[in-house]
Amino acid sequence: MTVDEVWAALAEIPDPEIPVISLVDLGVVKDIEIENDSVRIEFTPTFLGCPALEVMQRAMEAKVDELGAKADVRVVLDDSWSTDKITPAGREKLRVAGLAPPAPRGAGKLNLVELQRGGFRCPYCGSMETHLENLFGPTPCRSIRYCDSCRQPFEQFKTI
Amino acid sequence: MSKRTDLLLSFADDELFLGWRNSEWTGIAPFLEEDVAFSSIAQNEIGHARALYELAAAELGTTADELAFDRPPDEYRCAPFVQLRRLEWARTIARHWLYETADEIRLAALKASEEPDIAGIAAKMDREEAYHRMHAEMWIDRLLSTGEGRARLDEALDELWPYALGVLDDQLRPELRRRAEERLGRELPDVAPVSRGVHEAELVALWEEMTMVRRSAPAGTQW
Repeated sequence: MTVDEVWAALAEIPDPEIPVISLVDLGVVKDIEIENDSVRIEFTPTFLGCPALEVMQRAMEAKVDELGAKADVRVVLDDSWSTDKITPAGREKLRVAGLAPPAPRGAGKLNLVELQRGGFRCPYCGSMETHLENLFGPTPCRSIRYCDSCRQPFEQFKTI
Repeated sequence: MSKRTDLLLSFADDELFLGWRNSEWTGIAPFLEEDVAFSSIAQNEIGHARALYELAAAELGTTADELAFDRPPDEYRCAPFVQLRRLEWARTIARHWLYETADEIRLAALKASEEPDIAGIAAKMDREEAYHRMHAEMWIDRLLSTGEGRARLDEALDELWPYALGVLDDQLRPELRRRAEERLGRELPDVAPVSRGVHEAELVALWEEMTMVRRSAPAGTQW
């Protein structure tokens, strides 16, 4: 078993709340190391209050078990995960599923006026004529926007 | 108990109680978007409480759930500010803005902590809190935009300011006053803080509610 095989196996685990993308696409697997028959996985949760965290941990343990090894999942709680860690393939899968991918983190502070006004593309029709409906949405990682062109509300992955 | 554990528990208790208070708006906020907003903010705060309780639990040889729900009401260390039940919109917004502003000051201090696990969690929390702060700022703008909003906000601030001061340690309070007076465009009363350690009657009522299910089931019940 190689580190690459473990990465490939973890790339098969869907995110429990957004199953179109995998944990690897989401960027929450930070590092993998193999020592004898033990696989150490460093894992950085998205939001601290996300109820999917334990499901993700158990899924990774089960996957490593299928490879015939034992997983040692270490949860890293710092700011090393951000939405910039979502892979380009993951962003495209989000968009196809109707969930607008997060804007890149800028150098400065997040700004309400910028979030309200623009720069966010509708995942359905591609229009940039969209506005913020609610900073908060159905899960901690989403905001709600509305497309003024195709008149469709949509979910926007929050930039954090 | 070490100073570090005391800090973790105080902070976790603040976030847990405020999370519960925020969740009281679920289903009854002035409009649907605010039901969603306050529910989501509550979920974040309770998630932060859990992460902080887990650090404290590792030191005390217990679990996050036991710390959150199995202590008697007297042992909680949360600031009286988060104990208050204020289901009135201007007071809710005043507390929301004051708490999030105090929290930003506290998190900035903790991000500079020499203890890497505390600094790491503070940095992660701060990323999420940025959304709470934007939400609070949006509502302050709305209240300040009309005479009635201004009057209601002022009344709420007069009542809640001594409590808000009590969230922070002495040395951080002047910064809260500076930010609040600048943003809210008024002077705030020169009063003694309602500090941690005082328990409001509302704490016991909330404790009874939030621990009810757990107390009703035998220890070790698997949910």
